[in-house]
Amino acid sequence: MLLIKNGRVVDPASKRDAALDVLLDGEKIKEVGAAGKVSAPQDAQVFDAKGLIVAPGFIDIHVHLREPGQESSETIETGTRAAARGGFTAVCCMPNTKPVNDNASVTRFILDRAKVAGSVRVWPIGAASLGSKGEAIAEIAGMKEAGIVGVSDDGKPIATAKLARQVMDYCRSLDLPVIEHAEDVSLAASAVMREGVTSTRLGLRGMPAAAESVCVARDVQLAELSGARLHIAHLSAKASLEQVRWAKSRGLRVTCEVTPHHFTLIDEDVQYDSRFKMNPPLAAREDREALLAGLADGTVDAIATDHAPHEPAIKDVEFDRAPFGILGFETALALALEQLVQSGRISLIRMVELFTTGPARVLGIERKITAGQPADLTIFSTERAWTYNVKESPSRSRNSPFDGRNFKGGPMATIVAGRIVCKG
Amino acid sequence: MTHRFRDLLALEPLDADELGFLLDQSKPFQEIQKHPLKKLATLRGKTVALAFFETSTRTRISFGTAASRLGADTMNLQAEASSLKKGETLLDTVFNLNAMKPDCLVMRHAASGAPHYVARHLDIPVVNAGDGTHEHPSQGLLDALTIRDRLGTIKNLNVTILGDILHSRVARSNIHLLGKFGCRFTLCGPAMWVPRELEKIAPGTAIRCVYRIEEALEGADVIMMLRVQTERLDDPPLSAADYILLYQLNASRLRLANRDAIVLHPGPINRGIEITPEVADGPQSCVLEQVTNGVAVRMAILYLLTSGATETDTHPALEVKSKESANASD
Repeated sequence: MLLIKNGRVVDPASKRDAALDVLLDGEKIKEVGAAGKVSAPQDAQVFDAKGLIVAPGFIDIHVHLREPGQESSETIETGTRAAARGGFTAVCCMPNTKPVNDNASVTRFILDRAKVAGSVRVWPIGAASLGSKGEAIAEIAGMKEAGIVGVSDDGKPIATAKLARQVMDYCRSLDLPVIEHAEDVSLAASAVMREGVTSTRLGLRGMPAAAESVCVARDVQLAELSGARLHIAHLSAKASLEQVRWAKSRGLRVTCEVTPHHFTLIDEDVQYDSRFKMNPPLAAREDREALLAGLADGTVDAIATDHAPHEPAIKDVEFDRAPFGILGFETALALALEQLVQSGRISLIRMVELFTTGPARVLGIERKITAGQPADLTIFSTERAWTYNVKESPSRSRNSPFDGRNFKGGPMATIVAGRIVCKG
Repeated sequence: MTHRFRDLLALEPLDADELGFLLDQSKPFQEIQKHPLKKLATLRGKTVALAFFETSTRTRISFGTAASRLGADTMNLQAEASSLKKGETLLDTVFNLNAMKPDCLVMRHAASGAPHYVARHLDIPVVNAGDGTHEHPSQGLLDALTIRDRLGTIKNLNVTILGDILHSRVARSNIHLLGKFGCRFTLCGPAMWVPRELEKIAPGTAIRCVYRIEEALEGADVIMMLRVQTERLDDPPLSAADYILLYQLNASRLRLANRDAIVLHPGPINRGIEITPEVADGPQSCVLEQVTNGVAVRMAILYLLTSGATETDTHPALEVKSKESANASD
């Protein structure tokens, strides 16, 4: 047993923010009670959380673990260790591995590897189409039986409106969310950053914000047509957010996530350094303002990292040639504290919601600190000063634009199924 | 005023003082181009690496000529002869060149920012000879030199640039240089090549985008033509016939500009497309002076970056002329 005492429990599902002790018994929470009132057996392990926040286990619903197929950039072992260091207790890995996770045997392989080598829970997302090629629908029912929690052709959008509609219809019947990488690929073709004054100044090919928002517009209308659960991944543009707001106002089952890099950085930060290259690209100043407003007003459901490791050999090249994507796990919480909470934009409990009950709702599960719930907790500090040094990351890759950044507050302990898997 | 340059990657970060200094330093080298014996010993024993990862004729020969007239040796790498096609990375290729101990690397590359990326990893000076659709600093300098020779000043002029501005590194370098001397820019061409964002790329410089050539030429002191670079585009958005109809610079349109207006073109010229032969060969055209000035500017750049001179601004042999020309600057 593990007793977490003297902490400040912040639990969005029960709207609690109080000094509580939490007793974990194996894989479940056994008891939650007033500080000092929870009795634990003599031999129970004790974690003193004095001065720290005790939150439900963080869920990252958008990550790339690169296994199988690109193990030189990341593995399930290294990726989940980095996730644990970032305070995440569960991660949803995208299917764009080699081979693509488009059938139950790949799903089972990932889950088997996670069981052996994973530090945190791994919940795979299956491909929407075979090979994510946008032609035929993938074996979604088989993957669901094997353990996927959603479908996506992430890395690209579901290629056609017709296929997107079929996938949504099918997933509605299977009660799975359809997670969309919204991008009109013809508008985004060969672009390496967001189109705007900065791309024009730097002479880098830009994609307009509309490359994302026209696809979001397509998908929310198909979500209405199909009644499916649609989740917009890594939403970056103001116009896309307005589409989601419109969908929500009509009562559609549409959700969205925003990444820490999109609410922290903007296109003006790009300077021929491929660590600032990701897709969707860093957006305009006004987009970031809109995302911050959406995070505050509830339009945004979750913070997701889009952790996208690429080994230096392929990432540390000319900006034009570098693949899209950056690391995300270890800086996500600290960036959220800095940009959202310490700046006064949102409350601490709202931030916790964006990492816990928010993503849980997208997946259709519960996340709550109460007896009988899974013993997954994230314990963090809002005060500890630290500096991110990417060289110390367990990840196999080093592609973070936040290397060397100073932070106030970050993860202190990650508890999965009653076990401390990482201690800060 | 003396300035030191580690690299020459772009004109955007340089201020008017530094740009004026580079132009002044080019003046004595302009004189050398008129001399029957053009070879100096200034950089004897130095080696200039010319790495052209994108095909180039004029700029490569110009830099090569500049190096040899300074007495430097050159090593040449051309894209088609390079190991890039064998899968070697840009950085590995450059490290290999550097291992042969050149004193300076002049590079052209199709990726914007590639010289910046290389410069972060190299100890020797890097000269950008054109990076993607970003900048072409030596072209900007040679254009300014040409304008100053013809019009007597580069201050407060009305400069019109015609063509595919979005994909032009020449346009950007010119805007960043001349803008710092108070020049006002009118950019004109098909709307897909002249996005409004261009008006904001150089804060402090007056830039306007217009889409009628007649409007663009009115009151112009300098007209810069750009080649229609069809090879840069996925799909040319306009037919040649439409381009000629709307944007070709011909004699009657040229009359809309100021009477003494000059016409520049970075070459190579597509005669009969963006410019008529009549204009290209006419008295207002500066095309060949630009090429001559290119060698002078590049000599100045190579000299400043590789001579390692710490006490004198210019080569002793050039000092007298340099002082004479100092006053000629703006």
